[in-house]
Amino acid sequence: MAGKTLYDKLWDSHVVRQEEDGTSLIYIDRQLLHEVTSPQAFEGLRMAGRKPWRLNANLATYDHNVPTTDFSSADEIEDPVSRVQVQTLGMNTREFGITEFGLGDPRQGIVHVVGPEEGATLPGMTLVCGDSHTATHGALGALAHGIGTSEVEHVLATQCLLQKKMKNMLVRVDGELQIGVTPKDVVLAIIGKIGTAGGTGCALEFGGQVMRDMSVEGRMTVCNMAIEAGARVGLVGVDEKTINYVKGRPFTPKGEMWDLATESWKDLKSDDDAEFDIVVELNGSEIEPQVSWGTSPEMVVDIGGKIPNPEKEMDPVKASGIARALEYMDLDADMPVKDIPVEYVFIGSCTNSRIEDFRAAAQVLKGHKISEKVQQALAVPGSGLVKQQAEREGLDKIFIDAGFEWRNPGCSMCLAMNADKLPEGLHCASTSNRNFEGRQGAGGRTHLVSPEMAAAAAIAGHFVDVREMLRAS
Amino acid sequence: MDKFTTFTGLVMPMDRANVDTDAILPKQFLKSIRRSGFGPYLFDEWRYEDVGIPDADTSHRPIRKDFVLNLPRYQGASILIARENFGCGSSREHAPWALKDYGFDVLIAPSFADIFFNNCFKNGILPIILDDQTVDSFFKENEAQEGYSLTVDLANQQVIKPNGDIIEFEVDSFRKHCLLNGLDDIGLTLQHAEQIRLFEVSYKAKNPWLFTE
Ligand code: SF4
Repeated sequence: MAGKTLYDKLWDSHVVRQEEDGTSLIYIDRQLLHEVTSPQAFEGLRMAGRKPWRLNANLATYDHNVPTTDFSSADEIEDPVSRVQVQTLGMNTREFGITEFGLGDPRQGIVHVVGPEEGATLPGMTLVCGDSHTATHGALGALAHGIGTSEVEHVLATQCLLQKKMKNMLVRVDGELQIGVTPKDVVLAIIGKIGTAGGTGCALEFGGQVMRDMSVEGRMTVCNMAIEAGARVGLVGVDEKTINYVKGRPFTPKGEMWDLATESWKDLKSDDDAEFDIVVELNGSEIEPQVSWGTSPEMVVDIGGKIPNPEKEMDPVKASGIARALEYMDLDADMPVKDIPVEYVFIGSCTNSRIEDFRAAAQVLKGHKISEKVQQALAVPGSGLVKQQAEREGLDKIFIDAGFEWRNPGCSMCLAMNADKLPEGLHCASTSNRNFEGRQGAGGRTHLVSPEMAAAAAIAGHFVDVREMLRAS
Repeated sequence: MDKFTTFTGLVMPMDRANVDTDAILPKQFLKSIRRSGFGPYLFDEWRYEDVGIPDADTSHRPIRKDFVLNLPRYQGASILIARENFGCGSSREHAPWALKDYGFDVLIAPSFADIFFNNCFKNGILPIILDDQTVDSFFKENEAQEGYSLTVDLANQQVIKPNGDIIEFEVDSFRKHCLLNGLDDIGLTLQHAEQIRLFEVSYKAKNPWLFTE
């Protein structure tokens, strides 16, 4: 019999019961909550007179609506609808007795940054959150599902998720990345190759030499965008790096419990003879810095490349998709990517707002000023703790000296639910994960890039190959 | 949840691939703490000329006359036909809430994004996956014939065309059972509370570090 994949192992250890058609109840170890997708779930519990099954499995924080400018309480949030949503989460966590990292708490931040940072995400866990980028946590060898609000309520009430087992998919990236090519480029290249529906119905494991060499934070960047490849679950096998990463964090087990835990985590990787339903291979040394040009994350090209031409596309649905994207983005077919103007820059989001991201961008920015063509450049740490760490290292000064605004933690211009919005018609070099129409602000034009590429574009006022800048310095 | 019954409904086309949940219901409406009343904002950015404001009256907003939702022939539609990867992007359940509130009970596409697909069932919407060719035939026939309607029979897992042609579709038996009987997932799961508790005990014995509270 073939061995098991990591997904098989995580699944098997959490099945409570299974229906005849395969629908299963999966036990959930951790639920992360935020203000946007939880109010209706708490309301549902209240109306049915139900209580959370296991209070301590839940942890709440605020991210989507939070202002990134200085403020001290939810009452100061200008937008009344955002304010009510933020206040509602506070009322709910108090009423039900759920631990929260509130506004002003240095531990507050984007759920997908906070979970791993606190050790609230551990290898071998099942974790859910009412947010599609929950796949991020799979970087630690946890089975992490993004879920809808009805499911948030279901997990609160029953500690279980109703799921059918997905297919096993492996993306193997072998070889070695070139200097200046980052985890973000790896995942954009993968999505460019398999498409935004390439992983639909699959648990998507990332493997190969490139993933083994990658830092744990880099793996989070890759897993974060599994959903942009259609996969609800992203995974990386556990190794020494994972264990070193979780060690000593506030929620991480200590002493004897730590020894027991690490012993059991050793097996959290796919067996050598495990069989995957789908395997895709990429050569890491061939990956170039990526820039998205269109309105879907699969619309990416190498920095040296050109914008596609719909007339050269044979598939009519795809051709009309390209034509529509070009119109929305106000770009010409066959135009070099480097000619795209950059008027806004956003370094942040659950994809790229960890300390390594700011270190990498600062390395490019150091000693430079952003272009006069750039109207606003935002640096938004993923959590209060990331912000503090960056400030200890003096990174904030590098950003501010270059002309960036150094903000407080939150989702910010990743989806512009707070006051940080990309104005209509402008092009933004963004380290976030979605370039959908209007994602960063109505009529805004998003280009997805790595932190290094965003920093380089900020300096140049258009896209450039960051490798040339790194070589020059 | 209401029971899902066999019905014949007017069909509306959404002729784009990768329609994401941001497009189905833009983010500003996610700020609501309710789960109803999103219908007037369905496809807000494509449907209106101006930017939508949550909870604001939509009756006087300028509409984009050529967008399908605004075409007179599709008023009252309850079946949406779409292209591949419908519902991709954010996990917001507000997207199916808006579709349902607007009046859609059935969505037909060659593929749906996973989270969205799941969310539909939780809200009494039946997403049907059919092969590219069949979906394409709906688009063509619908284009050609005003008032084009399909009959959806979930019990027998059939879509019936106006000419009587029958197309069979697949659906998980568990989800079908829940839809047909209007069952609430949580109530069903809690019938197994004892089994969950037993699981928890043995699971805790194996993974004590997860229960140090
Ligand atoms: S940073 Fe962006 S993608 Fe991540 S949770 Fe916030 S809004 Fe969603």
